[in-house]
Amino acid sequence: MDVLKTLEGLWQDSGFGLFFAEGGWKFIVMILVACVLLYLGIKKKFEPLLLVGIAFGCLLANLPGAGLYHPDLWDDFLNQGSEFYHSYGRILTEGGLLDILYIGVKAGVYPCLIFIGVGAMTDFGPLIANPKTFFLGAAAQFGVFFAFMGAILLGFTGNQAASIGIIGGADGPTAILTATTLAPELLGAIAIAAYSYMALIPMIQPPIMKLLTTEKERSVKMEQLREVSKTEKIVFPIVVAGFVILLLPSTAPLIGSLMFGNLLKETGVTERLSDTAQNALMNIVTLFLGISVGATTVASRFLNPQTLYIILLGLIAFCFSTVGGLLVGKLMYKLSGGKINPLIGSAGVSAVPMAARVSQMVGQKANPSNFLLMHAMGPNVAGVIGSAIAAGFMLKVFG
Amino acid sequence: MYNTLAGQVSGTPMQLGDAALTALMGYAIVFLGILLLVIVVVIVSRIMTAGKKKAAEPTTPAPNRDAPIQKLESTAPKAPGSAGELKLYDTDPKTAAMLMAIVADKMGKPINELRFKSIREVK
Repeated sequence: MDVLKTLEGLWQDSGFGLFFAEGGWKFIVMILVACVLLYLGIKKKFEPLLLVGIAFGCLLANLPGAGLYHPDLWDDFLNQGSEFYHSYGRILTEGGLLDILYIGVKAGVYPCLIFIGVGAMTDFGPLIANPKTFFLGAAAQFGVFFAFMGAILLGFTGNQAASIGIIGGADGPTAILTATTLAPELLGAIAIAAYSYMALIPMIQPPIMKLLTTEKERSVKMEQLREVSKTEKIVFPIVVAGFVILLLPSTAPLIGSLMFGNLLKETGVTERLSDTAQNALMNIVTLFLGISVGATTVASRFLNPQTLYIILLGLIAFCFSTVGGLLVGKLMYKLSGGKINPLIGSAGVSAVPMAARVSQMVGQKANPSNFLLMHAMGPNVAGVIGSAIAAGFMLKVFG
Repeated sequence: MYNTLAGQVSGTPMQLGDAALTALMGYAIVFLGILLLVIVVVIVSRIMTAGKKKAAEPTTPAPNRDAPIQKLESTAPKAPGSAGELKLYDTDPKTAAMLMAIVADKMGKPINELRFKSIREVK
């Protein structure tokens, strides 16, 4: 037995050895990226529930030799010319742990399960009490289409641009579902951009809000919302699911899941299911979603100029979604004779409830006796529906 | 879908004019969908509110909307130490004190400069 050759073989097969192989430096860069993301999630508390999982998935996928995630298997899975096109069997037999967990993302299961939990946690009462605020949720999708145009200008394909634009909907599961369906090669970068910017909303939105509104507009105190009956709250998810899905069938997975979760909450007879959807289910799916989305950030696919463009376009999408919501908020302020505070428009970007809290915070700075939170929750939850419709449109056009 | 050295790229390049048209149409579709949804929600709300009013008519002959509230006010317990002004509905004095302290803190004003009329749990 040649001891030296054995040791050399062991070294070359080890992950440490692979760092020194051709292109090994990329793994080191990605491990550093994972560490930065872990720092942001743990220390800075940027959407930690998902970002910590994404960062750890990124770390695991970029440890050379670990073999937990194989992008080549997924390339064959998506290649219509391959004998393994849409072959989950091959993924299950030849894939690693993260490949198997990623099936839930690829099949669009995790985002929809998360939407059931989101629905179970959402109170649509403020929106039912003041349906006009629905329009703010629509207006705040401006960034989606603005970033879509920007992405086309930067040379992305239609599918990729649509997936990047959806970052502006500020809705993680929607962005993940759209990217998985339309441009899976960009999923990692899109998910990281979406969740990072959602965490940065308290820093991104206030300067834009102050720039586009006057002190007088920000000081507007809104009238108390009417009380919404329990029956109205029960009927709402049934009507919305039926109507929106009939109008745009491609929204069915997202809207159906969201409204199902909400119905569980509102019926009052499915408390155990509602509780499970809000807590246990949501936590389990978040675990799988985070780590498997993080795994898609393999060095060979992530380290390219496209990733930087996506990060930039994501920020543009968030900013312009805020602008869209605020401008329609200002229009409603004028039309209502100064009864609607335009600040609630920025909450239309979804990101529940962070964006509504930002409206409340900025409004209270202008007028300490101003309580906009409940008013902002209307456009905030309307934004979830608006971004699902925008995603449904993109899926219909490019899917 | 076609392949490049960096892996697969989904979709095909798009003309700027087509992209602009898609963006405009997409934004319009979102607004249209929401507009129709608003109409449906308003109609459903009106129907339900009308049904509720009809059901309430035999028991409340007076059309005055404030009537049930006045009735509540007369039976609601007064908060201790409030000089008989603050009415509490389904709220215990401890919670009421906490809420008043939070409101005063958020407004940045001393609590004795504020006047609370009633505290009601929204169900």
